[in-house]
Amino acid sequence: MLDADFFRRWMTATTALVDREAERLTALDSPIGDADHGSNLQRGFTAVSAALGKDAPATPGAVLVLAGRQLISTVGGASGPLYGTLLRRTGKALGDSGEVSKEQLAEALRAGVEAVRTLGGAAPGDKTMVDALVPAVEALGDSFAAARTAAVEGAEATTPLQARKGRASYLGERSIGHQDPGATSAALIFVALEETAGE
Amino acid sequence: MSDEQRLVGIVLVSHSAEVAASVAELAKALSGGGGAVAVAPAGGTASGGFGTSSELVASAAASVDRGAGVAVLTDLGSAVLTVKALLAEGDELPDDTRLVDAPFVEGAVAAVVTASTGADLAAVEAAAAEAYSYRKV
Repeated sequence: MLDADFFRRWMTATTALVDREAERLTALDSPIGDADHGSNLQRGFTAVSAALGKDAPATPGAVLVLAGRQLISTVGGASGPLYGTLLRRTGKALGDSGEVSKEQLAEALRAGVEAVRTLGGAAPGDKTMVDALVPAVEALGDSFAAARTAAVEGAEATTPLQARKGRASYLGERSIGHQDPGATSAALIFVALEETAGE
Repeated sequence: MSDEQRLVGIVLVSHSAEVAASVAELAKALSGGGGAVAVAPAGGTASGGFGTSSELVASAAASVDRGAGVAVLTDLGSAVLTVKALLAEGDELPDDTRLVDAPFVEGAVAAVVTASTGADLAAVEAAAAEAYSYRKV
């Protein structure tokens, strides 16, 4: 079973990964975006970790709701409301249990991903974070490691796609050949989840 | 306070503080009698950069809420997503706050003019959305 401490460590691990990968995310965002994805997410997750260090939410759901709220407030770009909605809706779906199973987390994440799709209007294949999130959540039914692999592969598979959502979609065919920064950062969340589960 | 004085409030959300503030001024100026309508810009990030701040959006919406609803117009991308996320998930915005699907400048003018007549939120929303149909060529 996964408790609030597990979820706090998951968010802290995500912050560390985003810190480490921020330059790469911004580099990926340069040819097809506005070159701020890494710094935006870094600011957002730094605020998440700070908030979780100050408050200590008692349940897994409350950890994710607080994290989501921080992202919506502090990121400043489109990834803020998108990741914020992902975490907040997932947190709400977890309810107020003190501990949740991996299966319950997978189910809640499904609701979170659905909310992201509704908010942004993106479907799989549109070259967005959804291309990493959907396969990862599906694979989470098997294992944390499978979810990580599915997320990373989902992100890599965005390279040949043409963007159909967000600023990159204005570039049309010129968006082909670049890995999507949003899908890449979405994969980091599942890398951090596996690292946290493997500790 | 009479019902006539409870006008719909307008919030203008842009990636740029200058754009939001200028469009607010423009809409008030073009609406003539629109001086009574509360119009608040919410532009850029809290630190003054380009982007969207949910805090600025929430405080702008609170500042124009007169009990008749708040119409929010946005430019693009994170402005749209931030308002939608606040509406879908949070309790940060006043009751009866609505994201209006409208062109930013033309919609803002239509919304402020309509709100100044004492029209309700649905009428303000319809007028702003209708601005999409004014072809220029």
